[in-house]
Amino acid sequence: MQAPTIYAFHGGIHPPENKAQSIALPLGTPSLPNELVLPLGQHIGQASRPLVDVGARVLKGQAIAMNNGFLSSFLHAPTSGTISAIETRPIAHPSGLSDLCMILTPDGEERWAELETLHDWQQISKTDVLAFLAEKGIVGMGGAGFPTQVKLQGAHKHPLTHFIINAAECEPYITADDTLMREKTLELVLGIEILQHLVAAETVVIGIEDNKPSAIAALQQLLRERQSAIQVAVVPTKYPSGGEKQLIQLLTGKEVPSGQHPADIGILCQNVGTCVAVYDAIQQGRPLISRITTLTGDALNTPQNVEVLLGTPIEHLLQYADLQPKKLSRLVMGGPMMGFTLDSANVPVVKTTNCILAASKKELPAPAPEQACIRCGMCEQACPASLLPQQLLWFAKSQEHEKAEHHNLFDCIECGACSYVCPSSIPLVQYYRHSKAEIREAREAAVKSDIAKQRFEARKARHEAEAAEKEAKRLARQNSAATKPAAKKPAKPAPEAPASTATSATDDSAKKAKIDLAIAKAKLKKLEKALLEAQEKEHTEEITALQTQVDATKKDIAELESQVATAPAPAKAASSATKPALSDEAKKAKVDVALASTKLKKAQKQLADDPENAALKAKVTDFENQLKDAEQRFAALDTGATAATTAPAGKPAMSDEFKKAKVDVALASTKLKKVQKQLADDADNDALKAKAAEFEQALKEAQARLAQCEPSTTSDAAPAKADKPAMSDEYKKAKVDVALANSKLKKIQKQLADDEQNTELRGKAVEFEKALKDAQARLAALEAPAAPAAQEASTATPAKAVDEEALRKLKIDTAIAKAAVKKAEKALAKAVELQSDDTSSLEQQVAKAKAYAQQLEQAMANGGQVASSAASSGEDAQFKEQLKKQKVAAALAKAQVNKLKRQLAADPEAQSLQSDLAAAEQKQQEEDAKLEQLTNTQENR
Amino acid sequence: MALLRITSPHTHRAGRRTSWVMLMVILATVPGLIAQTWFFGYGTLINLVIASLTAVISEALILKLRQRPIGFFLTDYSALLTAVLLALALPPTVPWWLTVTAVAFSVIFAKQLYGGLGNNPFNPAMVGYAICLVSFPVPMTQWIGAAGAQPSFSESLHAIFGALPSIDAYTMATPLDAFKHKEGLMSSEAFATVPGLQDISLSSWMWVNLAYLAGGLFLIWQRIITWHTPVSMLAALALMAGAFYIIDPSNAASPLFHLTSGAAMLGAFFIATDPVSSCTSNRGKLFYGAGIGILVYIIRTWGGYPDGVAFGVLLMNFAAPLLDYYTQPRTYGHKKAKKGINTGGGH
Repeated sequence: MQAPTIYAFHGGIHPPENKAQSIALPLGTPSLPNELVLPLGQHIGQASRPLVDVGARVLKGQAIAMNNGFLSSFLHAPTSGTISAIETRPIAHPSGLSDLCMILTPDGEERWAELETLHDWQQISKTDVLAFLAEKGIVGMGGAGFPTQVKLQGAHKHPLTHFIINAAECEPYITADDTLMREKTLELVLGIEILQHLVAAETVVIGIEDNKPSAIAALQQLLRERQSAIQVAVVPTKYPSGGEKQLIQLLTGKEVPSGQHPADIGILCQNVGTCVAVYDAIQQGRPLISRITTLTGDALNTPQNVEVLLGTPIEHLLQYADLQPKKLSRLVMGGPMMGFTLDSANVPVVKTTNCILAASKKELPAPAPEQACIRCGMCEQACPASLLPQQLLWFAKSQEHEKAEHHNLFDCIECGACSYVCPSSIPLVQYYRHSKAEIREAREAAVKSDIAKQRFEARKARHEAEAAEKEAKRLARQNSAATKPAAKKPAKPAPEAPASTATSATDDSAKKAKIDLAIAKAKLKKLEKALLEAQEKEHTEEITALQTQVDATKKDIAELESQVATAPAPAKAASSATKPALSDEAKKAKVDVALASTKLKKAQKQLADDPENAALKAKVTDFENQLKDAEQRFAALDTGATAATTAPAGKPAMSDEFKKAKVDVALASTKLKKVQKQLADDADNDALKAKAAEFEQALKEAQARLAQCEPSTTSDAAPAKADKPAMSDEYKKAKVDVALANSKLKKIQKQLADDEQNTELRGKAVEFEKALKDAQARLAALEAPAAPAAQEASTATPAKAVDEEALRKLKIDTAIAKAAVKKAEKALAKAVELQSDDTSSLEQQVAKAKAYAQQLEQAMANGGQVASSAASSGEDAQFKEQLKKQKVAAALAKAQVNKLKRQLAADPEAQSLQSDLAAAEQKQQEEDAKLEQLTNTQENR
Repeated sequence: MALLRITSPHTHRAGRRTSWVMLMVILATVPGLIAQTWFFGYGTLINLVIASLTAVISEALILKLRQRPIGFFLTDYSALLTAVLLALALPPTVPWWLTVTAVAFSVIFAKQLYGGLGNNPFNPAMVGYAICLVSFPVPMTQWIGAAGAQPSFSESLHAIFGALPSIDAYTMATPLDAFKHKEGLMSSEAFATVPGLQDISLSSWMWVNLAYLAGGLFLIWQRIITWHTPVSMLAALALMAGAFYIIDPSNAASPLFHLTSGAAMLGAFFIATDPVSSCTSNRGKLFYGAGIGILVYIIRTWGGYPDGVAFGVLLMNFAAPLLDYYTQPRTYGHKKAKKGINTGGGH
C-alpha cells in the first residue's frame, strides 16, 4: 500500500503534548452513579423531545427522547431505571447556563431493551440506514455533535473524492481517540466500511498524527489483513492538524472555500468515535449511550481513559480517578487549547465530551497580565488560517468591525494558536469572539429593523388607503344625504320621526360597534405582545399562529372602525337636512361663484397656451382663491338651503372644481413626463431628479384634489375610483423607481466587472442594490393591497424552492418517525403480553410517535409545506393542531379501553368495570368518529 | 471550590514574554558592540551607560506623569532596547548631552506621548537619532578613525564629558563620508586622499557590519524576527548599488562597499525590524525592507547625509500602515488575498 501524500498547512504550534500520563492505565469503567443527568440538547440543533414521562421505568438502550426537527437527535437511556425528573440542571456549556435535562435514577439491574440490529444494511436503501442511525442517536463525537445522518445526507451534494476519518487528535492531553483506536480497532474499521458504503467516496483515508505509534501499527496491521482499500495517512504532530479544515488541507492539498462546507468540494470528515458508534448501532443495535473520555490533569492521582455512560456527573468521574481537591485550580471540558472551563463538577458527560482536564495551578497557571501588542507577528506565523491576528486585534479593540470583516475575521477557527504564542499574553481569541458576537448582533438587528421598517411602511400605506377610503365614503354619504331628501321635492322639512328613530338605531349599533372595537383592540394588543415574546424566543410555530390571529384581529378592527365611522354619519346628515333656507344670500353667492369660475376658466385657457408665463400663473391662483372663497360661502349657505336650490347649485360648482382639478392633473402629468424623458437620457442629473420629484408631488396633490372632487359628483361608485388612480399612479412611480435603480445597478455592475478591485464602485453597487431593494419593497407594498392574488402567487414561488430541501428532510424525519412507531408498538405488544403495569406510558408513547409520523407524512403529501410553517396559513395550523389533539384523544380513549379490558379479564365479575368499559368504548367510538371526520375534512382540503 | 473561569486557550508558551523578546534583541547586539568597541574605543560603552540610565529615568518619569504602573512597563525593557540601539548608532565621541537628548526624546516623545509601547508609528530610536542629526550635524557625523589610533578609556571619557580638543586627532571621515565628498575624484583616488582609509577604516567597518550580521542571524534563528525585512532591504541596497556600479564603476561604490559600510547591517537586522512601526505581513515586510534599501542608497549617493538608514526607516514608517492594507496574506479558503481598506462593499 502506497503511503498517501501529505501536504502542509500554514502556521501551527507545538505545545507540550502531555498525552503520556493518561495512557499509562488501561481503559477504565467507572461504577454506576446515583443518577444520570441527560441534557436534551447534546447536539447541534433543536433539543430532543422527551418520549417518556416522569416516573416511567426505562430499559437500557430504550429511546427516551426523540428528534425534534431535522437538525436534532434521539436520546437513549444509558442504563435501566426510572425517570425521576425532567428539569433544568447545570450543563457543560461555555455559557455555564442550565438546560432541560432528563434525570434517570438507575435501578442497578442494567436490563437491556430489545436491540434491533440492521445486518442487511447493504441491501436496504441508504435513506433507511440513515434513518436508523438517527434513531440510534448518533452524532459527531469529535466536537460539535452534528447529527451524523444529516452530515451524511449533506455529503451527497457532490460526488465524494475523499472520505477522511479524523484520528489526528491534535489537542494536548487528550488520548480518547488514541485509546479507542487501540481498543476497538476492528469496530472502527467495520464502522468505516459501513460509512463508505453509504457515501461511496473515491478515497478513504484515516488521518492520524505520528504521536500515536501503537494505534497506527494496530490499524495498519488490521487493514493489511483485511486487504482493505482504506489508507492510513500519518501526519506530523502539529496543532491544529485535527481541525477539519487543516486535516483536509494536509491530506488533499485542497482548501475548503470560505463560508462553505467540505461537502461542497467533495470531502466528508468523520471522527473515529463516530465510526465506532455507527458500527455499534448497525451491527450490535446499540444506541449511543456511552463514550470514551480522557480523565487527566495533575489534580488526578490516576489519570486514565474511561468508557463512561452519558449523563454521568463529572464529580463521579473525578472521584473515580482519585481527585486531590486541593490541587485542582481549573476544570476544563475538552483540551487546553479549545476546551472551556467548568464552574463546578456538577455537570454531566455528554455525547461530545472527549476530555476532562483537572489541572493544578502549576500546570495551567493563570495567564500573565496582558501587555501591549508589539506587532511582533508571532501570531501571524502561527495562524493556520493565514490571518493577520495582530491587525484583527487592533480592529477588535477599536471596534472597527468593517475592517475586521475585511480582514476575514470570520475565517478564524478560534484554535487559540495565536494566543498561545503571544509574548504579551493577549487573549486574542477572546477579542475575536467578542468582535464576532458584536458583528452578528448588529447583523441581526439590521435584519430586524429592516423587517420592522417594511412592516411600518406597509402599515402606513394601508392606513392611508383606509383613511382615503373613509374620507371618500364620508363625502359620498354627505352628498347623497343632501340630495336624497331633495328628490322628495315638497319644501316642508323632512319628517322628524324617521330621522330620529334612525338616529337612535344607528346610535345603538354605533355604541355596540365601539365596544366591540375596544375589545378587539385590547385583544390585538395582547396578541401582539405574545407575538413579540414568541419572536424573541424564536418559537416559529407559535409565531405563525399568532401572526395569523393578529392579522385576523386587525381585520376585525378595521371592519369595526368603519362601522363606527359610518354609524353616526347618516344621523348627522339627516338632521342637517332640517335646517331652514337662506335663499337670497345663497343666490348672491352663487353668482359670485359663477363669475369667479368664468374668470378662472379664461385664465386657465391662456395658461395652457403659455405654461411658463408666471404672471398668468399668479392670476390663475388668484382666481382659484376667489372661486374657492365664493364656493365656500355658497356651500355654507347652501347646507341650509332648500332641496330644490341645493341640487342644481351644488352640481355646477362641483363640476367646475372637478374640471379645474382635471386640468391641473393633466398639466402636472405633462410636465412630469417631459422631465422623466430628460431624466432617462441623463440619469445622474440631480437637478432633473429634484424637478421630477417636485412634479410628482404636484401631480399627486392635483390627483388628490381631483379624487376629492370626483366622489362628490359621482355618488357611490366614486370612492373606489378615486382611490384607484392615486394608487396606480404611486404604483407607476414605484415601478419607474425600480426600473431606474435597476438600470443604474446594471451599469455599475458592468463597470465593476471590468474593474473588480475598485472599492468605490463596489460601494456604489451595494448602494444601488439597496436602493433597488427599497424601490422593489415599496412596489411590493403597493402591489400587496392591489392584487392579493398576485401576492399569494409570489409567496408560493420561493416556498417552492425551499420545498425540495424540506421534502428531503421530511422524508428522513418520516422514516425515523415510522421506525419509532414500529418500535414503540413492538414494545407495547410485548408489555401487553407480559401484562406489565406501565403499558399506559408505552401506549402514550405509541400515540405520540404515531401522531408525529402521521403529521410528517401528511406534510410530505402536501409537498413539504408543513415544514416551512410560515407557508401554511393560520387556519391550516389551527386545524392541524385540532387534528393532533383529536388523535391524542382517540389514542387515549383506546388506551383506556384496553386497560379496562385487561382489568376485566383479570376480574370478569366486576360490574363497575363492565359499565366503565362500556362507557369507555362508547367514548372511544366517539373520539374515533371525530377523528375520522377531521381526517376526511383534511383530505378534502 | 473556586475554579478559574477563563476562555480558551488555557495554556501559553512558557518563557517567551515580550520582555524576553526585548532582552534577546539586546543580547544579539553584543557581537556588534564588541566589534565597535574594539575598533572605535570605549566611547560606545560609555554611551551605552549614559543612554540606558537616561532611558530608564525618562521612561519612569513619563510613566508617572501618565499614571501608569512604572514597574510593569519598565520591565518590558523596550526603553532599554531603544537606549542600546541609540548608543550603537551614535558616534563614540559624541558629547554626553547629545546622547541624553536623543534617548529622552525617543522615549518621551517618539514612544510614550503616542501612547506607549505598541502605539508609536515611528521607530523611537530613529526619531531621536534624526532629531540630533538634523540639529547637531557636526558631532553626529564625527567618527573615530580606525584601529591602531583609537583613544584610551580616559580619553573617551574626556571627549564625552568635556571638550577635549585632542580628540580631533582621532576623528576622521568615515569611508562613506570620504566617498560622499570625493568631488570629481575617482573612487580609488578618493580613498587615497585620507591615509589609512582604504585599508584599516574600510576593513574595520566591514568587521562591525559582519558582527551585526551574526547577531541578526541569531535573531532569525530564534524566530524573533523573520528574514523578510533584512533580506529585502539588503537586497534592494545591493541591487541599486550593483546597477550603478555596472554603469559607472569608477565613480560608484561597489555593492559590497554599501553592504558593509555605515549602519547597513545594524539597520537591516535591528532597526528596520522594529515590529511596532514596520509592516506586519510577510509580503508587506518585503516591500517595506526594499523601500528602506532603496532610500538608503539614494540618501547615501545623492542626499545631504553620509548615511541614510534613519531617514529611510522613518520614511518607510509612514508607508507601513498603507502597505499593510495592500499586502494582506491570502486567507485559508479564499482564492485571492484581500486588498485595500474596506468601504463596505468588500463581499
